[in-house]
Amino acid sequence: MPQALELAIKTSSLTKQFGSQKAVSSIDLSVPKGSVFGFLGPNGSGKTTTIRMILGLAAASKGDIELLGHPIPKELEHALPKVGALVEGPAFYPYMSGRNNLIRIDSADRNSRSGTRKQRVDAALERVGLTNAAKKKVHAYSLGMKQRLGLANALLKPREILILDEPTNGLDPQGTREVRNLIRSLAAEGITIFVSSHLLSEIEQLCSHLAVMTAGKIVAQGSLAELRNESQTRLVLKADRIDELVDLLKTQGLTKLSLKPDRVVVPVPGDFDVASLNQLLVKKKFMVSEIRLEQPSLEEYFVNLTGEGFEVVR
Amino acid sequence: MFTRRRTWAMLAAIALIPILLAVAVALTSDELAPGEGPPFLDRVTQNGLFTGFTATLLALPLFLPLTMAVVAGDTIAGEASLGTLRYLLIAPVGRLRLLVVKYLGTIVFALAGTFTLMIAGGIIGAILFPIGPVTLLSGDQISLAESIGRMALVAVYTAISMSGLLAIGLFVSTLTTVPVGAMAATVVLAGVSQILDNLPQLSWLHEWLFTHYWLSFADLLRQPIELGSFASNSLLQLGYIAVFGALAYSRFTTKDILS
Repeated sequence: MPQALELAIKTSSLTKQFGSQKAVSSIDLSVPKGSVFGFLGPNGSGKTTTIRMILGLAAASKGDIELLGHPIPKELEHALPKVGALVEGPAFYPYMSGRNNLIRIDSADRNSRSGTRKQRVDAALERVGLTNAAKKKVHAYSLGMKQRLGLANALLKPREILILDEPTNGLDPQGTREVRNLIRSLAAEGITIFVSSHLLSEIEQLCSHLAVMTAGKIVAQGSLAELRNESQTRLVLKADRIDELVDLLKTQGLTKLSLKPDRVVVPVPGDFDVASLNQLLVKKKFMVSEIRLEQPSLEEYFVNLTGEGFEVVR
Repeated sequence: MFTRRRTWAMLAAIALIPILLAVAVALTSDELAPGEGPPFLDRVTQNGLFTGFTATLLALPLFLPLTMAVVAGDTIAGEASLGTLRYLLIAPVGRLRLLVVKYLGTIVFALAGTFTLMIAGGIIGAILFPIGPVTLLSGDQISLAESIGRMALVAVYTAISMSGLLAIGLFVSTLTTVPVGAMAATVVLAGVSQILDNLPQLSWLHEWLFTHYWLSFADLLRQPIELGSFASNSLLQLGYIAVFGALAYSRFTTKDILS
């Protein structure tokens, strides 16, 4: 990762220990300014704990955090006004209307100007499509509406970074798409967006960067292109006379092959010359019915890193 | 807090105490012998203004501390259980400032509660009984205007009496994310303190108990007015506020907010 990039979030050997268990184990996050940074990991992998430490809600057991250039928790109060966040689901007073909830939380913040409050609250509600439900009490909101209200809360003021923990939780497919569009338009304004999810498909189309966390550790991090390059290219071959084919491939240095009932799969370098191999096979009178290079999807890559299982890892 | 229905329900319940008391006294025409029943009760029929004092006396052991415990126990734990605490802190609201604002809110509620007792008592007393110049415990008479001043003074005194308990409640509230637990613990502490205050074997401890001067508001109903217990009570409560405020501060500012 090029060091010249300005970082919105930087952690070094960040660790959080609960009793004997390390919820977060020495992670180094580098979130470039202006990126849409996907923070991916299965449930219970330590994503939310990491976010809590970045926002100063929980103290780190070890390691350092910088948020927008401010060391955390030392300069927390200087960093937070520039941060909008949604942490582990929205939370509001159920006996107050959506609008009054936003007004209350904005007036609790000494940094925000009371003169523009109503205007900002209404603009935020408008942006998440809640204008019509603004006067309803929150206990009458659906989960999706609460999620939107949580996003509105993060957008009450102009922000430099948005930290969104599972922002599409509880939303229907339409709502999910709207949130994605919202994130895109915010990113287009130059706001850094740090978004966590346990579903790659949710954020793959959005992100410019990705970090994958599992069991408290970061197992992959970088721009989308970098991560795609890291995943192993495979050669898939389908032909007759499999035994002879295997011998031939071995002479070409392709030894780590795996035999499937009707085809051969071999990991190869990304710039493997398929055409030459095909020529050789034809020359040796093989009947080739399929020959191609295959790039595993990010999804596969992600599952490879985090494991397939439904079981909670720890 | 005052946008919340629960707050109003509690104030309404507080207002009900003098009303029930006055109605019950009015319906039973039997004259009470002086000294029978709770102190002051015999005076209610002679002067309606005593209703508020008597109601305060009845509410002090349990009902008033109960409502105070609800409000104080809810301060931090209530926000934590809703999850709104994390959003307040990242708004950002400084942790110390949040504690101070929350505590001041409970004090406002205490004043609202004690004035409710007095005002509701005064009104229902005026409706059901004759009112006029009040004969004080010392036998002197004071004018109607002055007696209203005394009522306000007793309300302030009782609110001060509650301030130590409120500080304890605030501290307990920083220990948990279950508001009901914090409320219950606070009520229990108020009860324990009153019980200890009644054990003569522990008389050395009595003047240190935050409930010790609760009933001494009667000193404000003498002529000339006795301010000794007012001063000792205020000092004692300030001590409790300092100790439990500091405990709440040290606990809350280092706490991981995981709810």
